[in-house]
Amino acid sequence: MTEPLVTLERVTIAFDDRPVVDRVDLKVHRGDIITIIGPNGAGKTTLIKAVLGIQRVTEGSVKLARNLTVGYVPQHLILESTLPLTVRRFMALSGRPGSECQAALEKTGVGHLVDASIHHLSGGEKQRLLLARALARKPDLLVLDEPAQGVDINGQAALYDLIRQLRDQLHCGVIMISHDLHLVMAATDKVICLNQHICCSGYPADISHDPAFIETFGQPVAESLAVYHHHHNHRHDLHGDVVSGAVTDDNHQECDHAHH
Amino acid sequence: MPIIDAILDDFFWRALLGGLGVALVAGPLGCFVVWRRMAYFGDTLAHSALLGIALSFLISVPLNVGVIITCVVLAIALVLLSRSHTLATDTLLGILAHSALAIGLVTLSFMPDVRVDLTGLLFGDLLAMSRDDLLWIYGGALLILLLLVVLWRSLLMSTIHEELARVEGIPVERLRLVLMLMFSLVIAVAMKIVGVLLITALLIIPAATARRLARSPEHMTLLAVMFGFVAVGGGLTLSWHLDTPAGPSVVVTAFSVFLLIYGGARQTQV
Repeated sequence: MTEPLVTLERVTIAFDDRPVVDRVDLKVHRGDIITIIGPNGAGKTTLIKAVLGIQRVTEGSVKLARNLTVGYVPQHLILESTLPLTVRRFMALSGRPGSECQAALEKTGVGHLVDASIHHLSGGEKQRLLLARALARKPDLLVLDEPAQGVDINGQAALYDLIRQLRDQLHCGVIMISHDLHLVMAATDKVICLNQHICCSGYPADISHDPAFIETFGQPVAESLAVYHHHHNHRHDLHGDVVSGAVTDDNHQECDHAHH
Repeated sequence: MPIIDAILDDFFWRALLGGLGVALVAGPLGCFVVWRRMAYFGDTLAHSALLGIALSFLISVPLNVGVIITCVVLAIALVLLSRSHTLATDTLLGILAHSALAIGLVTLSFMPDVRVDLTGLLFGDLLAMSRDDLLWIYGGALLILLLLVVLWRSLLMSTIHEELARVEGIPVERLRLVLMLMFSLVIAVAMKIVGVLLITALLIIPAATARRLARSPEHMTLLAVMFGFVAVGGGLTLSWHLDTPAGPSVVVTAFSVFLLIYGGARQTQV
């Protein structure tokens, strides 16, 4: 429990001597949801590729816990139209038995699509399929690259909710990249604001006041997020009704998620 | 056995057996060419086969060996060059494809004592299939089919999503190399039947035809093999009766089937 799943130490990744990721330290534990935000070209994707072991690190080290199973949800699933593939076949390629694949699909809410062609899925359905594919591997660590891309606004909130539920069920660590600042602020334990280096990191409520955050995203964005946090100590469901459960706050860091 | 001997003594049956052996592996490999958008890549490798033939004469090694080695070297060079991103991949392939072909032709012209049937090499020859060639074809086909069966899931996964495959521990780079070795092998053995200029057609057309009816990747490869058989059988028969060149006859047959399927069959839902 105490041993981190992933430990990055002063990780630097340079392309042609230009550092894209600059001396990043990061630890991910079980139960963490860590969201990486940052402007375009900030090195977010490069950084998580280093975590995934598919991007060579120029300096520093990436240490993974032993026997770590990683579930990866890539940004897109762009399938060549000449390749006939159903959801069932794609899931089966994970090498897991059919019942587990079906269970994973049910969990992400696309169980009814098992016989559909992947070519006919919508953007949101594809994201949920990719998530199910990652879940079928029973991951200790879930890595998501902009999971809500191509998903409409209601779907986005539902998707982040789902990711949080899955974290609770699987008790895995989660690292994700996101652009949906408002949703991220509500659904995350810890935010890392990356602009080559980590310009600030912390709990969502704090980070919007951070001068470095304001410098990166601009005063209006920071203010809108600060306002958002001031006025909400509850959440709404899709109908606008108040639902129980406080938004993430500073005390959350002590919370040990006693739900197994 | 006398019957087998009688069959193998007949050049038409040798050509047909050889052609069917080639189609057996051209089907699945052709599917990968289509799925991975490697058509132009295959063309480049095939064109370099002529250079391989010229080099085989220069250093006196068997033609098949020379062709395989040249294809592999070119394939590796292509992968390394395309990583540098100085030229777009299609430009690079265009340069190498035609340069390899041209260098091969020029080198052959410098060797007046070597008598090669250039038309046969470029467009295939019904009469050229020897018993040794048959051994090469079926040996190669066996090796390729074995590799495909063993590596199927990994090859398919790395074709669908390379990064996802890498995260799941599939050795994507090594598989690409294996795939190229298989292409080189199939080019070396298919050259005799359809000729270097038309090999890509035998890879792509049956696979593309199969796509129209296929419900799964495996179904598509089986259909591609079947359409390959039809193309080879029909084409060689055409060549035998009408005295047309073997390679073009095979490709014309494959193309006719393609038109028929795309014109007549309803598209599948997968």
